[in-house]
Amino acid sequence: MSEQPNSSYPKPKLVPVPSTNIIPERDIDKRPILECRHLGVDFGGLTAVDDFNMAIGRTEIAGLIGPNGAGKTTVFNLLTRVYQPTRGTVMIDGRDTAGKSTAQVSHMGVARTFQNIRLFGNLTVEDNVKVGLHERVKYSALSGVLRLPSYWRREREAHERALELLSIFDMQDMADHQAGSLPYGAQRRLEIVRALATGPSLLLLDEPAAGMNPSETAELMNNIRKIRDTFQIAIMLIEHDMNLVMGVCEGICVLNFGRIIAKGTPDDIQANPAVIEAYLGKRKEAQ
Amino acid sequence: MNRLRTMKPAARQNLISYTLVTAAYLVIRLLQGQGMLSRSIQGQLVPICCYIVMALSLNLVVGISGELSLGHAGFMSVGAFSGVAAAVSLESGGVGSPAVRLVAAMAVGAVLAAAAGFIVGVPALRLQGDYLAIVTLAFGQIIVNILQCVYLGVDAGGLHFNFLDAELHMEGGVSIISGPKGTVSVTKIASFTAGFLLILVALAVVQNLVNSRAGRAIMATRDNRIATASVGINSTKYRLMAFVVAAALAGAAGALYGLNYSSVAPSKFDYNTSILVLVFVVLGGLGNMWGSIVAAAFLTALPETPAMRGLADYRMLVYAVVLILVMLGTNNPSVQSFLNGKLRRKKRRKEGAVK
Amino acid sequence: MMTFLTYLVSGVSLGSVYAIIALGYTMVYGIAKMLNFAHGDVIMVGAYISFCTTSYLHLPAWLSVVFAVAVCTALGVVIEGLAYKPLRQAGSLAVLITAIGVSYFLQNAAQLIWTSNTKVFTSVVGLPSVRLFGGRLTITGETIVTVLACLLIMAGLTFFTGGTKLGKAMRACSEDKAAAQLMGINVNATISMTFAIGSALAAVAGVLLCSSYNTLIPTAGAMPGIKAFTAAVFGGIGSIPGALLGGLLLGIIEIFASAYLSSELSLAIVFGVLIVVLLVKPSGLLGRYVPEKV
Repeated sequence: MSEQPNSSYPKPKLVPVPSTNIIPERDIDKRPILECRHLGVDFGGLTAVDDFNMAIGRTEIAGLIGPNGAGKTTVFNLLTRVYQPTRGTVMIDGRDTAGKSTAQVSHMGVARTFQNIRLFGNLTVEDNVKVGLHERVKYSALSGVLRLPSYWRREREAHERALELLSIFDMQDMADHQAGSLPYGAQRRLEIVRALATGPSLLLLDEPAAGMNPSETAELMNNIRKIRDTFQIAIMLIEHDMNLVMGVCEGICVLNFGRIIAKGTPDDIQANPAVIEAYLGKRKEAQ
Repeated sequence: MNRLRTMKPAARQNLISYTLVTAAYLVIRLLQGQGMLSRSIQGQLVPICCYIVMALSLNLVVGISGELSLGHAGFMSVGAFSGVAAAVSLESGGVGSPAVRLVAAMAVGAVLAAAAGFIVGVPALRLQGDYLAIVTLAFGQIIVNILQCVYLGVDAGGLHFNFLDAELHMEGGVSIISGPKGTVSVTKIASFTAGFLLILVALAVVQNLVNSRAGRAIMATRDNRIATASVGINSTKYRLMAFVVAAALAGAAGALYGLNYSSVAPSKFDYNTSILVLVFVVLGGLGNMWGSIVAAAFLTALPETPAMRGLADYRMLVYAVVLILVMLGTNNPSVQSFLNGKLRRKKRRKEGAVK
Repeated sequence: MMTFLTYLVSGVSLGSVYAIIALGYTMVYGIAKMLNFAHGDVIMVGAYISFCTTSYLHLPAWLSVVFAVAVCTALGVVIEGLAYKPLRQAGSLAVLITAIGVSYFLQNAAQLIWTSNTKVFTSVVGLPSVRLFGGRLTITGETIVTVLACLLIMAGLTFFTGGTKLGKAMRACSEDKAAAQLMGINVNATISMTFAIGSALAAVAGVLLCSSYNTLIPTAGAMPGIKAFTAAVFGGIGSIPGALLGGLLLGIIEIFASAYLSSELSLAIVFGVLIVVLLVKPSGLLGRYVPEKV
């Protein structure tokens, strides 16, 4: 991927939406894909996330940043209902996720990757993607056991779609490799492919560039844009690599001690004193 | 031959399994025809088939689904007792053909064992790991304990059932199940050919399930449950599916087993039998189907050969040691890297690599 | 009323034995995060050692208990070092299967050494029975010694884990092994010590159990072991008072179930209780729920 034409979208102009956030202008007359209101969770008296309000446009690339332990991954776990929120609501495409399981939230169109990679290590690369296609290419277990025609038809379809998805990252040649034996960077890419296989409208990436070198990161940056442009989906990412965040994200949300301390465009965030303080600490005022 | 080389590894392994099983069957038939099989081995042919099916089905739970079940023999006992009951009542109902009775018995055994598997699985699969193992062990013992209190007979008026009370109030008729004594005076209709066919069916069911959409979901759950949920799969459903299918196969094997002896007591299917089948599965390799077949066949047949009979007392002790050594060999990092150096082709299983 | 009290007394007696075994489970589970399936069979070995030293060597009863404790302690450490230590990093399925292998090994080794014939175990307790209510309620010396031993062990362990340096090291290891190691605690030695203590308790439990029931076979430890594990879960895994509470409750339930409900189905009832406990209260009465970190 050498000459990736820059994103087909002009530099976004962010506009406020009622109460929760700012989203790109192009998404403004559509319903936000994600809307959190007063979201919070306590773990045995400790408040891990509190009063988290955010909206994401349908084709926005949003960043969630903050120092270690700020509660970023906890937010992802709340959005996907791995943890049950103590208070607040999460709306996916206008529908409340209250009472839904992680699997049901996935059916609502949310897919994610994990900070500490969670692949199906003993399965092949292709099978990992096929597991992602589980809800998209369906046939009954019985027709699988009896090898009915629907089995052959659907398996062929799953195979073709899996290879097509793997081609996003040029991984078709690895289809038969065991997922657990892939190099680290390839495992991270495979997790993204698996998430995309579920056909999401919102993709959550938890530190996609962790452990990658600068050239890999640059390629990932292009790929994130490419995924958004091809699939027309919203992407929210947690990342510590500021070059990636500032380069690819349109709106950024900064979290510290479980609370949002700043929201805005990359330029806003870089100039925000509260953010600088959260990352670098408060400067002692000279007397 | 060229086609074989271009096949997917999974498909190739399936084909090899069917071929090997059929070849083994034909060779044994041939030896039998020449009178080259000892009496004791001949007597073991049907039990060997039953244990192979047991090992295949348990491998679906332990190897593919990744859950330790310690009560698998309980499902075998459900199949054995219901299968025998079905065969005897058909016989007294005038069904002359042993083949029909045998197939009906295995079908009844499979269905009732599947039902038992569902009843056990729904609560038990809410748990994982150590707790699941203990709960399956407990269910296995409960099934055996309940069967010890069952009295069943058949006369012209139909089936007579009693719990805890031996008096069946029958007019003539025959007793089928008699409490702790188990099945009594059964007409032995099990045959080696039926056992061979059951193995083929079990192999086809397990391998086709594994290489399908449902099988991938089962293995995904084993490898990482949270990631499986995150792609929209209801893990519980697929764990239960593996458990119930395994129970059904164990039930069919049990029916065949029950019809191979004139009398089988419920205590034959206790914890020790469950562990014995687990030994087959572990020695054959978790998730490796033909490994299970070979291990079950050899470990059941070997003690019957004249050379090994003197060592019969040490058999279980040796199994225990081998069980421990296999686990250490396949899971200890230093032993593993040593083996990998020696046998590069040996596949590495990285458990716990994904935190 | 008197029969009820008699059953209650034997329930408490059995429950105390379960509590002592449950302590071994709860400590090992708390620190090594593994179900030591072979724990029940260490009980059996302890009983056989005591049986041999009294029957063949004609040693006094108290010395036979000392022997049993010494042998089992060594056995526990050896088992841990040979079978479990190499699997510290392995998945729980592998560890559990290995533990079952060890259990199977001990049972079959015992069968080869001592044969599967039932041995008549003479009680090691010399105390006479106590008769109450004009002889209508008898409390055996075994019961008194068992309950006293249980309470003594409980108090001793509570002091050990709460008040001594080694005990604190143990608690640190059960919270976070990596952090404990960084604080200079020898984690491997601590785990070995836990197995040693647990196995020593198993020996005591074995002698007490067989003193009450007077019979001994190679599989004598398996079922009490599994029941005691449930008792440990019932009370809350990792909790010392929980082991006492769970053990007593399970012992009383078992005796009452076979006395008042059905003796033929007593096994099914006890295992039924076990299943209900594990399903309904997996965190136990005095335990706490630890969510999985994502």
